[in-house]
Amino acid sequence: MNSNTGVLLWRLMRNIMRSPDTIITVAVTPIMLLLLFVYVFGGAIKTGSDNYVNYLLPGIMLIAIASGVAYTSLRLFTDVRSGLMARFLTMPIKRSSVLWAHVLTSVVSNAFTVVVVILAALFMGFRSGANILDWLMVAGILGLFTLALTWLAVIPGLTAGSMEGATAFSYPLIFLPFISSAFVPTETMPGIVRVFAENQPVTSIVNAIRALLFEGSVGNDIWTALAWCAGIMVVAYFFANKEFKRQLG
Amino acid sequence: MSNAVISVAELKKSFKEQEVLKGVDFEVRRGEVFALLGSNGAGKTTVVNILSTLMKPDEGKASICDFDVQHQPEQVRHNISLTGQFAALDGLLTGRENLMMIAKLRGVANPGQVADNLLAKFSLSNAANRRADRYSGGMKRRLDIALSLIGKPAVIFLDEPTTGLDPEARMEVWKTIKKLAGGGATILLTTQYLEEAEQLADRIAILHGGKIIATGTLTELKEMFPPAKVEYIEKQPTLEEIFLAIIGKGEDVNEQ
Repeated sequence: MNSNTGVLLWRLMRNIMRSPDTIITVAVTPIMLLLLFVYVFGGAIKTGSDNYVNYLLPGIMLIAIASGVAYTSLRLFTDVRSGLMARFLTMPIKRSSVLWAHVLTSVVSNAFTVVVVILAALFMGFRSGANILDWLMVAGILGLFTLALTWLAVIPGLTAGSMEGATAFSYPLIFLPFISSAFVPTETMPGIVRVFAENQPVTSIVNAIRALLFEGSVGNDIWTALAWCAGIMVVAYFFANKEFKRQLG
Repeated sequence: MSNAVISVAELKKSFKEQEVLKGVDFEVRRGEVFALLGSNGAGKTTVVNILSTLMKPDEGKASICDFDVQHQPEQVRHNISLTGQFAALDGLLTGRENLMMIAKLRGVANPGQVADNLLAKFSLSNAANRRADRYSGGMKRRLDIALSLIGKPAVIFLDEPTTGLDPEARMEVWKTIKKLAGGGATILLTTQYLEEAEQLADRIAILHGGKIIATGTLTELKEMFPPAKVEYIEKQPTLEEIFLAIIGKGEDVNEQ
C-alpha cells in the first residue's frame, strides 16, 4: 500500500468514525433479522439443526456485508459530487490509490460490522467448535466476498446520477440470501426456485462457512464459493476501472 | 522560449452532438491573473477540465509550463492545482485536517506547519479545529483556495470562484485572490461576472460561441469598442453598495 492510499484511507476511516450512524445502521438490520428469525419464525422452521442461530449466522453476515458496501457507493458518489474527486485526480498522486482507499475502507468497516453481528449472535446462543484456522478461513472468505461486492459498488458510485441511484444496487444483493440456503434448506423449495437457490453464489458461500464453523472441515462448497467471489471481483474490478478511465476521457 | 505558462491552440471538444469548443486559442503569461469570461454554458469549465488533465480534447494542443496536457499529464499535475466550481473539501474533517491531508498527499515537508501557516494567512486559525461543513460559504471557499496553494503550484485554476456566494463572501474571496496574485503564481480564473474580471484580472479573454472572440487588458478591450458616450446621470448607489453599507462592510472587508 503506498502512502497516498494510506492518507486517503485515514481520511475515510475518520469520516466513518465521525458519522457512527453509518456503522450502527449497517449492523442494526442484520441483528434485527437475526432476532426476527430466531425468536419469531425460528420455531416453525425445520432445518435439521437444533441451534437455529448457528444455522442463520453465515447468511446474516453476508446480508450485513451486502448492505455495508452500499456506503462505499455513497461515499464515492459524494466525493464525485463535492469536487473532491476532481481535486485528487488533478494532484500528482497515483489515480488508482483514490479507488483503493475506498475499497480498503469498505473492508475495514465491514469487518467491524461483522464482528458486531457475531457478538450479537453469541448473546443469542451462537456456539462454534471451530479452531483458529477455521476462523481465519471464514475471515478469508468473508474478506473476498467484501472485496467482490465493494468493487461492484464502485461502479454505481462513479456513475449514479443521484444518491438513491448510487445505493439502489444493493437491494437485490441483500435479498439474494433469502433465496438460498441461508434461512431454510433448499430441499424444501419448489423446482425452479430450488435450482436457482442451489446455483447462486450465496448458497455455496453459506455452506462453506457452515462447514468451517460447525463441521471442522472445508466442505464441498469451498471451491464454488471461492470461484464465485473471485469471479465477481475480477469482472467488477474490470468494469469499475473501465468506468473510472472513461470518466476521465 | 516564450513567456507563456499556459498555451492553448486550436482546442476543440464536443459532447455527443454538441460542439462546445470550436478552436480556442490563448496564452497566459507567467505571474498574471487571466480571466476567461463567458456566459453560462460557454465552455469555460470544459477548458479548465482539459487544462487540468480531467478531460481530453478532441483536437488541438494545450501545454502548461511546456508540458503537454495530453501526453505528459503527470508533469502537468505537478505544476497545477484546481479549485473547481464547488468548494472541494471533506466536510467531516476540520479545516486543519483538510489542509494536512492535502499536504501529505502532495508530499510537502512539515505538513502541520504548512497547515498552520495557511490557516493564519486565510484568517481561519480560529476555525481550524471546527468541521468544514460548519463553515460559512465564504470560509469554505477560502479553505478551498488555501488547499490549492499547498505545494506551491505554478498555475492555479479558479473555476467560477464566487458563483453562489453572497456579496459579502464574494468580496472576501476577491480579497483572497488579490493576495494570491501578488504571490507569483499564474492564475487562470473563469467567471461570468464582468465586474469580477474587471476587479481581478490583468488580462481578459472573452469566450463566446466556442471561440475566444477578444483578448486583452481592460483598457485594450475598451479601445476595441466604440468610444464611451459622455452622459450626465445622477449617481445612485447600487443595492449591493447599500447592503454592504448597512451591514457595516465597505471597501475594506474586516475579518471577524
